[in-house]
Amino acid sequence: MTALLTLDGVSRRFGGLKAVDDVSFDVNESEIVGLIGPNGSGKTTLINLITGVHPATAGHVHFDGHDITRQRPYRIARLGLARTFQIVQPFQRMTVVDKVAAGALFCGHASDVREARAIAREHLEFTGLADMAHRPAATLTLARRKRLELAKSLAMRPRLLMLDEVNAGLNPTEIEEALAIIRKIAEQGVTIIVIEHLMKVVLSISHRLVVLHHGQLIAQGTPREVVADKRVIEAYLGAKYAAGNPGVSN
Amino acid sequence: MRSWLTLAVIAPLLAALPLVGNNYALRLATTVFMYSVMAQSWNFIGGLAGYPSFATAAFFGLGAYASAILQNHGVPMVPAWACAGVAALLFAAFLGGAILHLRGHYFAIASLIVAEMLREIVNTLPDFTGGGKGMNLPLLKLSVTAQAQFFFYAMLALAVLTVATAIVLQRSKLGFGLRCIQQNESAADIIGINSYAYKTAGFCLSAVFVGVAGAIYASWVNYIDPPDVFDVLISVKPMVMVLLGGLGTIFGPPLGAVVLLLLEEVVWRNFLTMHVAALGVIIVVLVLFLPHGLLALIRERFPTKAMAN
Repeated sequence: MTALLTLDGVSRRFGGLKAVDDVSFDVNESEIVGLIGPNGSGKTTLINLITGVHPATAGHVHFDGHDITRQRPYRIARLGLARTFQIVQPFQRMTVVDKVAAGALFCGHASDVREARAIAREHLEFTGLADMAHRPAATLTLARRKRLELAKSLAMRPRLLMLDEVNAGLNPTEIEEALAIIRKIAEQGVTIIVIEHLMKVVLSISHRLVVLHHGQLIAQGTPREVVADKRVIEAYLGAKYAAGNPGVSN
Repeated sequence: MRSWLTLAVIAPLLAALPLVGNNYALRLATTVFMYSVMAQSWNFIGGLAGYPSFATAAFFGLGAYASAILQNHGVPMVPAWACAGVAALLFAAFLGGAILHLRGHYFAIASLIVAEMLREIVNTLPDFTGGGKGMNLPLLKLSVTAQAQFFFYAMLALAVLTVATAIVLQRSKLGFGLRCIQQNESAADIIGINSYAYKTAGFCLSAVFVGVAGAIYASWVNYIDPPDVFDVLISVKPMVMVLLGGLGTIFGPPLGAVVLLLLEEVVWRNFLTMHVAALGVIIVVLVLFLPHGLLALIRERFPTKAMAN
């Protein structure tokens, strides 16, 4: 397996705060990697560094042989790196189909708006949103808006898809549906990074986990290894629990 | 398709106006076309991309002066108009590079000073531009009526061209990208839109036709001076017209142009000493009670099938 994405000593400071501190890891082709960590551990900042929203203050990011460390976000997107947003808000006043078409038009190699809309309809079909193609994006329920984000990202024909809490705020049935879609995407050969709060979700879907705490990478490995890691338990449950119950997972 | 049909019906009707109207009506109509060009142009950057540009007066004055200087150096009138458009376009490309990284209010303020800056430059170069004394343009050897008709058709042609551009833009990749930028620029970057290039293209489009309009205006009135063609109202009125007609729409800006000119005429006659204040009050009322513009009001009353798409 070859590494599709390589992070090498990546750091980001906001003033005196080290939001991401010297993080290095690889993501291999066709892998599903779970990126986890307690609130404020720097998960979303790390995604912003990879996608070029914030430039890294130190370190390097390589994607598919390109150094994308200080690239403009639109160039990174065109290389095949797509993300969904944790807080679903972009393009609220657009119709559902146009929002997805935007992804196809600017990244998915559609030649004109008409073709982009046709591609968008396929992705709406795939994510089960075909019925609401002409509704304003803002009128959708949270679960559907999250699926719309997925459809938009897929329309960009990504090689690497980063899902920032696509399951937060969903009920168990909705989570099952979302996971089914994510698995189907993975089957198409798309590499996926899942950022997630819900341990159950991330354990069930990821091949490998990367754990952040206070901006630092504290553990990586298979889900089984990671949940048994003393530092991970410490980060989530406190030092006392880690000392008293070695190897206990959630 | 519907937009093209509407244009194909309205344009010939307007072109027939000289058959029935007197010179006063022609003068009003010519002004409406000029306003329509300015409003439509502002809509490219202000409506579609959501960048509140106050640079319209800068492009207008630049076009007027570029054309006047060229004609005084022997360039024929119509080629001079075209050069004025190109000058405005190049200036917008340069200016966009300098100020389009600013967002919201910051961009608005930066664009506001551009016309003032150009006005000062014109004032300090009297040998070249006539300075504060203004510039005369070559007189046309035509009768008064023939002149009125000539400028009527010239401005109408420009207005039709601008609407046609708006229709093409609305369906193009560029128009789509500008609408994405208007809603969320960071998100637009993330889906692969080169927002800087797109905004600059939109800004150039918002300049080129205004530059030509300024040039035609200069020939029409035969005399220009800095306070006239760099007037801040030239920047403000297009915004009012677009808000009045409908932001981001194709026929909203021309509709707003018609309504604003009619309001101006009525207010001017009745409030001679304080017409600008009266106009201000009307604008405030309109923005408060008609936030989506007249076109939205019409569409609410008469919904069509096409709107479902």
